[in-house]
Amino acid sequence: MTTVRVVLPGHLRTLAKVSGEVTVDVEDPATLAAVLDAVETSYPMLRGTIRAHGGGQRRDFVRFFACNVDLTHEPSDAPLPDAVVNGAEPLLVVGAMAGG
Amino acid sequence: MSGVRVLVGTRKGAFVLTADGKRKDWTVVGPHFPGWEMYHLKGSPADPDRIYASQSTGWHGQVIQRSDDGGKSWNPVGNEFAYDGVPGTHQWYDGTPHPWEFARVWHLEPSHTDPDVVLAGVEDAALFRSSDGGQSWQELSGLRGHGSGPHWQPGAGGMCLHTILVDPRDAERMYVASSAAGAFRTTDGGKTWQPINKGLKSEGIPDPEAEVGHCVHRIAMHPDRPEVLFMQKHWDVMRSDDGGDSWHEISGNLPTDFGFPIDVHAHEPETVYVVPITSDMHHFPPDGKLRVYRSRTGGNEWEPLTNGLPQQDCYVNVLRDAMAVDSLDECGVYFGTTGGQVYASPDAGDTWAPIVRDLPAVLSVEVQTLP
Repeated sequence: MTTVRVVLPGHLRTLAKVSGEVTVDVEDPATLAAVLDAVETSYPMLRGTIRAHGGGQRRDFVRFFACNVDLTHEPSDAPLPDAVVNGAEPLLVVGAMAGG
Repeated sequence: MSGVRVLVGTRKGAFVLTADGKRKDWTVVGPHFPGWEMYHLKGSPADPDRIYASQSTGWHGQVIQRSDDGGKSWNPVGNEFAYDGVPGTHQWYDGTPHPWEFARVWHLEPSHTDPDVVLAGVEDAALFRSSDGGQSWQELSGLRGHGSGPHWQPGAGGMCLHTILVDPRDAERMYVASSAAGAFRTTDGGKTWQPINKGLKSEGIPDPEAEVGHCVHRIAMHPDRPEVLFMQKHWDVMRSDDGGDSWHEISGNLPTDFGFPIDVHAHEPETVYVVPITSDMHHFPPDGKLRVYRSRTGGNEWEPLTNGLPQQDCYVNVLRDAMAVDSLDECGVYFGTTGGQVYASPDAGDTWAPIVRDLPAVLSVEVQTLP
């Protein structure tokens, strides 16, 4: 079991009624899909706001960053970077810059 | 003393405005859900403390919020709007088939009798129903499944289902309207629907008198006479005296018959309000004068209501869901503008005053009359 730190965008922190980072526990090996599943289990009001219901397609203006790397287009079942797995770095869920 | 609660949805949050029955001194609370587009908020007629709100952003999609204490606190409920079966296609702007895709909820219509029952009109045009206080939603797919569905086409603002009217005497009988499919009626609770657009003439479509394809902007009814319907179409103000079987024009002496909202006085079924807008090219009032027009004759004869409204240099718009009436003894009328003003008239439109002037662009205004 791995504990992953997750930084949600401001709108979703408000919606989930949390402040700062959240943490979720996932089975090894920790993957993006597993982390998102765990986030949605802990905060069911976030279902449909990061990706489609039922673990579906990522919403267009949501991105996933970690360790200064864009993981958005990586396979969602790929292992997360070691620094995320060992807790040194958080996984960032980002609302893409849009709208001017 | 009785009072009112005005629910305002804006481009950047929701606001709750309250006053006593005099409707002179207002308390403004908000923004709720700051930064989110709030297309519509509406309270349950059966339980005024129950309010539903449609919240969305381009980043995170649709959220439905529910308050059980009159808007003081809110909790998200269900936001999964899955079309029934294989969604099929409608026409895209270029006339090609385009799959039905859920975008957002435009309008929420709580039941007259059960606070846990609420209807949602969505984009792409469809009607959903919840019977558990918004936790889960099921499509009333008979509407979208109407044989004309593949020919529906979006208006400029998207293919939205924006109007839901439930007959207060018979909840099985409902009217909906969509841009740009037109108006539809069901008499069996939403299982089957028929287009009710006979008499509408729209120059912007290939057949001006087609069965579907009309850009209906809004329909209103008086609860005591649900067979009488008033419509603000893209152009033309229309009336039906037979539950939508036929329509006739009542634009009369309006300075322009383009506009978005239309509403009916709470106690006078023949008193109707519209806000004329210059044209579909110029989405602002004629001559820079913001005027509500009132007919006390069920249409055709209209008088401008200007007392307290800006009569120069005003270039705001009033959107389709941004007008409402209360049901106090002297009917109050309310509307919001894309310039962020919310105006109230405590005397059926004779005089107006702004409740607030500088909100984000107003998308919707609803009012609850409180005991």
